[in-house]
Amino acid sequence: MSKLTGAEIFIESLKREQVEVIFGYPGGKNIPIYNLLYDNPFKHILVRHEQAAAHAADGYARSTGKVGVCLATSGPGATNLVTGLATAYMDSVPVVAFTGQVDTKSIGTDAFQEADIRGITMPVTKHNYLVTDIKDLARTIKEAFYIARTGRPGPVLVDMPVDVLGARMEFDYPEKVDLPGYEPDLTTNGGKLERLAEEINSAEKPLIFAGGGVITSGAAEVLRELARKARIPVITSLMGLGAYPIDDELSLGMPGMHGSRYANYALCEADLLIGVGVRFDDRVTGRLDAFAPKAKIVHIDIDPAEINKNVDTFISLVGDAKEVLSKLLPLVEEIERKEWLAQVAEWKRKYPLAYKDESRDIKPQAVVQELNRLTGGKAIIVTEVGQHQMWAAQYYNYSYPRNFITSGGLGTMGFGLPASIGAQVGREGELVIDISGDGSFQMNVQELATISEYNLPVKIVIINNGTLGMVRQWQELLHQKRYSSTILKNPDFVKLADAYGIKGIRIENKDELAVKLNEALEYDGPVLVDAVVAWEENVWPMVPPGAGNHEMIGGEQDDK
Amino acid sequence: MTSKRILSVTVANKPGVLSRITGLFSRRNYNINSLNVGETENPEYSRMTIVVDADDRTLEQIKSQLDKLVEVIQITELDRTNIVDRDLALIRVNSSRSQRSEIIQIVDTFRARIVDLSTDTIMIEATGTPSKIEALIEILKDFGIIDIVRTGLVALNRGVVE
Ligand SMILES: Cc1ncc(C[n+]2csc(CCOP(=O)(O)OP(=O)(O)O)c2C)c(N)n1
Ligand SMILES: [Mg+2]
Repeated sequence: MSKLTGAEIFIESLKREQVEVIFGYPGGKNIPIYNLLYDNPFKHILVRHEQAAAHAADGYARSTGKVGVCLATSGPGATNLVTGLATAYMDSVPVVAFTGQVDTKSIGTDAFQEADIRGITMPVTKHNYLVTDIKDLARTIKEAFYIARTGRPGPVLVDMPVDVLGARMEFDYPEKVDLPGYEPDLTTNGGKLERLAEEINSAEKPLIFAGGGVITSGAAEVLRELARKARIPVITSLMGLGAYPIDDELSLGMPGMHGSRYANYALCEADLLIGVGVRFDDRVTGRLDAFAPKAKIVHIDIDPAEINKNVDTFISLVGDAKEVLSKLLPLVEEIERKEWLAQVAEWKRKYPLAYKDESRDIKPQAVVQELNRLTGGKAIIVTEVGQHQMWAAQYYNYSYPRNFITSGGLGTMGFGLPASIGAQVGREGELVIDISGDGSFQMNVQELATISEYNLPVKIVIINNGTLGMVRQWQELLHQKRYSSTILKNPDFVKLADAYGIKGIRIENKDELAVKLNEALEYDGPVLVDAVVAWEENVWPMVPPGAGNHEMIGGEQDDK
Repeated sequence: MTSKRILSVTVANKPGVLSRITGLFSRRNYNINSLNVGETENPEYSRMTIVVDADDRTLEQIKSQLDKLVEVIQITELDRTNIVDRDLALIRVNSSRSQRSEIIQIVDTFRARIVDLSTDTIMIEATGTPSKIEALIEILKDFGIIDIVRTGLVALNRGVVE
């Protein structure tokens, strides 16, 4: 067998993992890999900042279900990945990040561009490696992909010293992984499914709470069957949007801090809450002792460490959501639940998500609603973080898994633009819209260059309120309108787009909103829309930080 | 109610494992009372004996979070009533010539050993349960303790192994 260099082993290993694309950035310590990428063994997208490489790999993974791959050099290249890895970690996204490292002999000497990226990323990766011997390289790559995608997915980092990339070794890609300490699926539910079915069959006001885990495990379909058969209303976390069609009569959308009133009311009244692939995050639970006060809580999750972490559960089932729900399906009875569903329908009718639209300004919610109308709810929506993210969650009708890409757990501004690159590369030919904020947009604005270079037809819609709106909203409500550092002096976004060779459209008048948004969506190629909106609009309803879900403010029928 | 709980954790004997584990404890705000690590009968694995201050719920969390670490092979909570647990201490105390015999008597009573002597100090090696070591230290305080170093608890289940 002929010997391959470490860099060649890297390429061959990624081929075995069926990698289609790498998002990366070169430097002195990964240059041997770039030397091989010159011959295009697979697609490489040159981003303009390593953080964007991680977010793009993440967006690719979220939108396709495949493992996203990013590549950076040592030191600053590697540390630039950290926010992206932490973002993927919090939302359980399978990403494998590769970094170059100084040569093994120099490790620990503060060599030029040395950073202990394994140490730095330990708390924000599912697992990570420093490969100090070429004989471990292929096996490590195999393990990295396996760990990233199995069980509760997450990012894995592989740090590769440059001398390892240069060393030679026979290439032998292992068929199987041998990881005695890693058990991705610990399903042990003896008798619990039957108990759960009994609880469901005898509950009067059951409620399903579906999270990102439903999407990850591909359980959306069986969830729909289950909910419809047993007539159980469904709420979805931010990460779960798309797990259940939002316009279904049983759907109650998103609960929590900026959830709908009806979803929060249902949470407060339910007698059985069935959490599937959720982690009972504080943005959903509000004050814990006031969370789902009347409900027995059931928790189905692949990660045993999530059970009883934030809320005490009555029944817990560890396992893959799809598997558990499929087994549960035949055990639940068809029950009408007339009263409960009537109650839920009444709340939906009485407290719809709504906003006032009589001012001259364009309302941010209207932009999202219009996008929803124009795309029939079928686009892939990517967001940044802030008010626009919440409006994107509230006013777009998600009906398909993997069509809503947002940084939920970490809440990373700057995520959206690069993530939309990943989504557009992963879902070529589909409509990708990045609903952005004027603040967040500027956190990875350099990626306009990437979008332009690869002519990725992403539609960027900046909800331009001239502020760091979400923080401003808190200042308005909790700090007497002392708008400290939240009013932005923004560049001319249309000119900026132009400078990058991207079509720019500004929308300032209400009556041109539909036409111009349509023009943007119809345009063949990337577009940036600068939608100038009412600056002091707030996201309603809102459960104030530290309050219980029943204490939400705003969003009543006659909203102020 | 928190109490001291003992976890015996088998981990892969690889670089970085210790910092992965201590990192997990600090990141998740769990309290470590003591942590001891050493090789096992199999050189591929090390065993850590971790004493934590935790209530039942936190202990469950600690166990399942530890279990997620790829390099953690097995976690057993040791039942305090059915274990052999040992702590080793080296204690250097002041000892004038006239105090020597009194100290030796104490050392004998505790079945500890004298391992070093100088004109005015004595070093004692004591092995036993943590409470025995603490009792010894308490008594030796009267003479003036100069240094103490302890291994922290190591423990194994009694009887048959699964
Ligand atoms: C990297 C990062 N820094 C700071 C924050 C805190 N933060 C949350 S929302 C927000 C404002 C975002 O402004 P913009 O993107 O314009 O969105 P808007 O709320 O105005 O819609 C800020 C600063 C964050 N989430 N992420
Ligand atoms: Mg803004």
